[in-house]
Amino acid sequence: MRRITSLVVALVLAVAACGGDGTSAEDGPLQEIGDSEDKVVIVAWAGYIERGETEAAYDWVTQYEADTGCAVEVKTAGTSDEMVALMTGSDEFDLVTASGDASLRLIAGGTVQEVNTDLVPSWNTVDERLQDAPWHTVDGKHYGVPYQWGANVLAYNTEAFGGNAPTSWNVIFEPMNLPDGEPNAGRVQAYDGPIYVADAAVYLKSTRPELGIEDPYQLNDEQYAEALDVLRTQRSLVGRYWHDAFIQIDDFTNEGVAASASWPFQVNILQASGEPIASTIPTEGATGWADTTMMHVNAPHPNCAYQWLDWSLNPKLQGDLAAWFGSVPSVPAACDGNELLGAEGCTTNGFENFDRISFWKTPTDDCNGTEAAGSCVPYYRWVTDYLAVIGGR
Amino acid sequence: MRLALLLGVPLFWMVGVYGGSLAALLVQSFFRLDSFAGTIDRSPTLATWRDLFTDANMSVAARTIGMASSVTLASIVIALPLAYFIARHASRRTKAVLVLAVMIPLWSSYLVRVYSWKLILSADGIVNWFFERLGIGGLLDAVLALPAIGGPSLSVSYIGQFLVFVYIWLPYMVLPIQAALERVPRSFIEASADLGAHPATTFRKVVWPLAIPGVAAGSIFTFSLTLGDYIIPTVIGDSSPFIGLAIYSYQGVAGNLPLAAAFAFVPIAVMGLYLFGAKRLGAFEAL
Repeated sequence: MRRITSLVVALVLAVAACGGDGTSAEDGPLQEIGDSEDKVVIVAWAGYIERGETEAAYDWVTQYEADTGCAVEVKTAGTSDEMVALMTGSDEFDLVTASGDASLRLIAGGTVQEVNTDLVPSWNTVDERLQDAPWHTVDGKHYGVPYQWGANVLAYNTEAFGGNAPTSWNVIFEPMNLPDGEPNAGRVQAYDGPIYVADAAVYLKSTRPELGIEDPYQLNDEQYAEALDVLRTQRSLVGRYWHDAFIQIDDFTNEGVAASASWPFQVNILQASGEPIASTIPTEGATGWADTTMMHVNAPHPNCAYQWLDWSLNPKLQGDLAAWFGSVPSVPAACDGNELLGAEGCTTNGFENFDRISFWKTPTDDCNGTEAAGSCVPYYRWVTDYLAVIGGR
Repeated sequence: MRLALLLGVPLFWMVGVYGGSLAALLVQSFFRLDSFAGTIDRSPTLATWRDLFTDANMSVAARTIGMASSVTLASIVIALPLAYFIARHASRRTKAVLVLAVMIPLWSSYLVRVYSWKLILSADGIVNWFFERLGIGGLLDAVLALPAIGGPSLSVSYIGQFLVFVYIWLPYMVLPIQAALERVPRSFIEASADLGAHPATTFRKVVWPLAIPGVAAGSIFTFSLTLGDYIIPTVIGDSSPFIGLAIYSYQGVAGNLPLAAAFAFVPIAVMGLYLFGAKRLGAFEAL
């Protein structure tokens, strides 16, 4: 019995010790950068923090480590939900590259802290369109530094479309013959994630204005039902839904896919291997993603983290990353004179399209805080219903 | 004392770790997702179980069970003659080669095999090419035009998905049947022949009943492995969800752990019934 008691005491002490370290941001953000700690730990998308191990030219970690003495540790995550889970469940991470469907959840949950932009000298170089973006700015406070963004484009086979870009998403939403005279059934694809419901809403927003859709992520029951109907029609046209970029690349190459919602990433790879694939943003606009580097409220290495936040905005890193990922830099200066990105890189990846993009955010039942609870259809219903649509129901 | 130590670890594993997780899962299924906050409401309720029995979820279950059953039947049809040949007719050397040939695919990565099949079955793949070259491309098109199981190409249809499932799980059917047939004494078959039975009658009355435990054991593997697979349906086929995928989305994407937990009991219940039936057929004597 005595042994058990001492074991319990030891455990309690250990737990208390674990909870005690790290800095807390309860007194507001850091006011001054002190000495570097030994490292910085970042939760990131695969391919977002490269140290030249995949491809020697793509390395934006080595220089930072040499400059600051902070070793960079990366924990990759595959989905926004995984990122949220990692950040909420632990105190060992400093930073996370959160997309818009995760960032507001992290802020609301008190998981990330306000960033003192005075300690990020490069803040002023950030694209003005992103500086006060609603997915990282709440009540005038910035909860992170924009990293990269991109659009979910309409990729199409130029041979099937006779060399002309399709002007509407209807080529993947409605049954029709494509310009090559063949029906589109079985030759189009759609994204396999519930957030894709918003793509149908973007389409309805301009084709059915009487529905009164303002924000594709804030749908009432009627608008939501209409969006699901669009998706059910689409189910009869779609051969396979894509969720893995490389499977989609293979489908464009070997399955004769003529059009699909896609990312610039796949389009760049397909074009590089000589496939007749191009991309466009149709007149209705498109959905897109914008990622923000956010800092954990109990970040154990705040000084290294702040130095990374500033480093993450340097034009060389931003341009190299945009070339690697097919995304758009959050620092416009990165678009000029980057060897890997090329002169047209930013335009190719969609720099001009910012205003036509509805950026991903998590649908909540209070319409992201703008209406009374219960006015909008929340995300978990999107998941259940989209799964049912793909299952043919 | 020594016995307690000897049994303690496995017992802890089975009852504590395995049974405990199942119990935790069952408890989870009686919670529900709070629709307003998106958090889990931990007061006991049957609401989640009611959500489970929707048309959409039941169609997912039916699709998965249908696929698992047809894969199992096809595996039996293919594996039985092969196993019979290995067990009764092959020379010692041929037997070693054949058993090795059945096993070798299991040494390579499951993912590599699934992705290769995607290429083999694709619209521009070798199967299509072969049919075209033989001048019977129309035949393949006719098969693919079949309602429900067809599709734009083999890799985007239930037929292709079925072929890949059968390929992947076939070794798990061949080996138990072979083991069962090895144990049928040659004298039984000779006695049957001496008594004037036609070979077909011998098969029906002597070999098949003795092979049933092996078939049942193999079918447990093919059925349960197909029931739980969630990789093949994302790579091959028309993306229609299977049970594993649905559970993954409810838990991983929607954060609706209670519904995922409730859904996890569907395959557990199906397998429970299946094992009960298999036990009555004597499957566990051939393991």
